[in-house]
Amino acid sequence: MVCLITKNPEETEYIGQRMAKFLRPGDFISLNGELGAGKTVFVKGVAKGMGVEENITSPTFTIIHEYHDGRLPIYHLDVYRLNSINEMEELGYEEYFYGKGITLVEWGNLIVDIFPSEFLVLEFKQNPEGREICFYPRGEHYERLVEELTGYDYTKHR
Amino acid sequence: MDKTIILAVETSCDETAVAIVKDGKEVLADVVASQISTHQKFGGVVPEVASRKHLELINIIIEEALNKANLKIPDLTHFAVTYGPGLVGALLVGVATTKAMSFAAEKPLIGVHHIEGHVYANFLTHSDIEFPVVCLIVSGGHTTLIKILEHGKYEFLGQTRDDAAGEAFDKISRALGLGYPGGPKIELKAKEGNPKAVNLPRAWLEEGSYDFSFSGLKSAVLNYLNQCEMKNIPINKADIAASFQEAVVEVLVEKTVGAAVKEKVKTILLAGGVAANSVLRTRLSLRAEEKGFRLVYPPMKYCTDNAAMIGAAAHYKVLRGEFAGLNLNAVPNLKFSDYTSG
Repeated sequence: MVCLITKNPEETEYIGQRMAKFLRPGDFISLNGELGAGKTVFVKGVAKGMGVEENITSPTFTIIHEYHDGRLPIYHLDVYRLNSINEMEELGYEEYFYGKGITLVEWGNLIVDIFPSEFLVLEFKQNPEGREICFYPRGEHYERLVEELTGYDYTKHR
Repeated sequence: MDKTIILAVETSCDETAVAIVKDGKEVLADVVASQISTHQKFGGVVPEVASRKHLELINIIIEEALNKANLKIPDLTHFAVTYGPGLVGALLVGVATTKAMSFAAEKPLIGVHHIEGHVYANFLTHSDIEFPVVCLIVSGGHTTLIKILEHGKYEFLGQTRDDAAGEAFDKISRALGLGYPGGPKIELKAKEGNPKAVNLPRAWLEEGSYDFSFSGLKSAVLNYLNQCEMKNIPINKADIAASFQEAVVEVLVEKTVGAAVKEKVKTILLAGGVAANSVLRTRLSLRAEEKGFRLVYPPMKYCTDNAAMIGAAAHYKVLRGEFAGLNLNAVPNLKFSDYTSG
């Protein structure tokens, strides 16, 4: 497991911004962590790195926000209010997960059953210094992405 | 055509709502199928809602509205529907149903922006509003400040950069274990608390900005709760609720009144679900009065999502000749700025 510490929201946003460079169509990132842990701030960073000019607002109430003015489309979901996986089907999640954009899911831990075969999980935690962000990549593409961000060498730890 | 009897449909989020409105002010029927009781146990609105519930309910509710108004479809002059923003599946149910009715009855169709609906909730009960006005729309999904120059002419002043005010209420209520919906729960708890007990930040943003931000306030409350837990200090939920509510209300009131001063309007409108918060109403009334503004807000039942407000907005669109074609589509991320310029 690789973790980074961020001291303030700006640093959290910056990690997202850097990650955006390495993302490609169909990428899937689950963002887990309590209220106020920095999930939406991180997505703001990804959007910024993707060149989205529109302001990223929390999708808690509306479940899904789409942004189409960046290098790749961004689908920002918050599934906290979901009641069952069936509701993801009603929302047409496959259009997002297997589409042309990047899917970022807040509270993704609630829908692990429908994750794609490869994915990246980010855990956000409160930390005395600020926030701790831990990376759990599944699949080579995501391992390389985490290597780029953290310098951690997965080939040595397999 | 001055005389209208509009059947309006609103399914943008959680409520399936149908209303019949005469001449933009007389509500002949107003039916809202709210699912709040089923939502309460989950601590949030359940978007199952989304399409299936709307689909199950829509025809029943249309029929109920017609019965209440004692009208038949041929008696109606127009059909109106919210076509964005909202959940695409939810919106589609309303849009498809309304288009079908409009086509079958051979009566014109009007597409309404959800936010414009909230604004026009005010016109249901106040037809004497004089333009220009500044309007604060504040709900679970929106926190937006606009200037209205005349019917249908809007200037966008600001909006939230992160969480909507109503959403902040829901999240803090969740963190305090007060339940759902957060707005009324926090308001009730806050009555027993001291709004000065916990020192919380106000996000004023840049000088002269009419944007809002509630994410920092949310984090501040959560940090406070964490610290209390670590230091084993008992928390006073009423004090936290009161201090949090105070911080939200102060920013909403000051930014709105500030905008009204700068934009040189005489009237302030308040709209949206959070407009039901009595502390916000009272504080905004006092500040508005102090500064010589008239404050208008809708009755409680038209603050939360409803279709009567869509019928009111549609009436004024009819007067302006703004009709939609049968190719009207649901636009989940419909921007108010695009809507008003187009």
